[in-house]
Amino acid sequence: MEFEQEIREFINGRFGENVITEDNFRNQLSFIVKPAAVYDICQALLEDDRLDVKLLADITMVDWLDHEEEKKGRFELVYNLYSLKHKGRFFLKTRLPGDKPEIKSLTPLWNGANWLEREAYDMMGIIFTGHPDLTKILTTDDLEGHPLRRDFPLTWEQPQFSWNKDDPPEVIK
Amino acid sequence: MAESKTITLNMGPQHPATHGVLRVELELEGETVVKVRPIVGYLHTGIEKTMESKLYYKAIPETDRMDYLAPMSNNLGYCLAVEKLMEIEVPEKVKWARVCLAELTRLNSHLVWLGTHALDLGALSPVLYTFRDREMILDIYEACGGQRMMTSYIRIGGLAHDLPLDFDKKVRHLLKVFPEKIKEYETLLTENQIFINRTRNVAVISAEDAINWSLTGPMLRGSGVKHDLRKANPYSGYENFDFEIPIGENGDAYDRYKLRMEEMRQSLRIARQAIDGMPEGPYRAHVPGVVLPPKEDVLHKMESMIFHFKIITEGFKAPCGSVYQAIESPKGEIGFYIVGDGSNRPRRIRVRPPSFVNIACLPALCEGGMVSDVVCAIGSVDIVLGEVDR
Repeated sequence: MEFEQEIREFINGRFGENVITEDNFRNQLSFIVKPAAVYDICQALLEDDRLDVKLLADITMVDWLDHEEEKKGRFELVYNLYSLKHKGRFFLKTRLPGDKPEIKSLTPLWNGANWLEREAYDMMGIIFTGHPDLTKILTTDDLEGHPLRRDFPLTWEQPQFSWNKDDPPEVIK
Repeated sequence: MAESKTITLNMGPQHPATHGVLRVELELEGETVVKVRPIVGYLHTGIEKTMESKLYYKAIPETDRMDYLAPMSNNLGYCLAVEKLMEIEVPEKVKWARVCLAELTRLNSHLVWLGTHALDLGALSPVLYTFRDREMILDIYEACGGQRMMTSYIRIGGLAHDLPLDFDKKVRHLLKVFPEKIKEYETLLTENQIFINRTRNVAVISAEDAINWSLTGPMLRGSGVKHDLRKANPYSGYENFDFEIPIGENGDAYDRYKLRMEEMRQSLRIARQAIDGMPEGPYRAHVPGVVLPPKEDVLHKMESMIFHFKIITEGFKAPCGSVYQAIESPKGEIGFYIVGDGSNRPRRIRVRPPSFVNIACLPALCEGGMVSDVVCAIGSVDIVLGEVDR
């Protein structure tokens, strides 16, 4: 609780104009911030030894296609940060537009961001500017599209051969 | 023409020491490794996408198939996340049974790791012993879930069915014989000069680097960071158990070996406390419409049958919001980030895979070392490619 209060003060105090709102769903602290501020917030957190938020646990991406949440921005990017000293976790969430999902890479701050960002690029098509090696990581080289997008068909084989060319793609409803 | 000093060597994906289908591109100068590039994805089956297309409880079998050496840990992580999203409180007995099974799973996973890691380094015998003794754990799995590996025994709101009648007897037998077995493995390796030469000061990573690479689990603890989610953010009643967190000093492969051996002992200790203190009670929470009613009720009560039918056919609707639940799996922090969107299917299920994140630091472990140490480094990270690629 104390840690959460300190994080709240830190982020609201230094980046107050970039924080859109705060969410506490199921007692999980998360800040919805502007995409341009993510890098600066992470850098400031890394430099602050008192809060000790040094572990980037995960980067998650959510596609809000065809949902009322989509008007805030189609792609949601979630940075999962953990403090080893205070044993506390919180999330930085940001929204990116569907037509041009671009955000600054966190690889200069964390080596661990490298593969997590490559996965987000491969699976959801989010571009991380400044990433040293933004290439596919899980899917095959000749696969077109980004499989975790909601409009990517669920059962549709790639590459297409003559025998499955007419199979209709099935999309999650 | 300029003379090239380095050669590029391709290791894998069909290399026995890469534990599956990991491919590593090595750039060598003589026998020294200059550059390492791990390449993954050969086992990608779109598990996250598949889970998103299913009802909440139908995604459980997918979780087994990621880390097939630790099925119960994955089940537990997923079910805890859904329980958090749906605000389900499970009965005490379920918590204790889950802890007991999760610790047996840790033992199971570490046994396979120990056998294969020693095998990679040229010690053939440990793998025979560990696989022999692992049968005891697989027997318990089979008694619980009916399967030896893909158990799917832990369900949303409880367990698939009550613990088997001989569960207590089987676990007690295992707890009785296992300390001797661990000693047996240690006589083979701990003081073995060849093993020490192959692992000490090999694949070293410092505490700062380990944190910077987002490592968790034995990889992080091996470098001296005392972090264990069972103690730091207890879940499923771990706060009631008494155990130690072993840590390493140098962050090399030998430290990680010693640490995992000690973790096995601590797992036995927790499992003993769980089996001694196992309370009586129902094996599933009573939450109509979300958790399946017990089978005997379905046969005799009309309401239970209706709920059973409704849950099986259309599932339950989850609220709009996201939860993250991380647990300490044998390989590190496995987390499930579940986004509900008000419908009966998840908008997004993200698995935070410990193996995937841990293997990313392979360049930091191997570069500057010898080519034969790459095998040791991969072994000491303890990866399962099913989880790396999902």
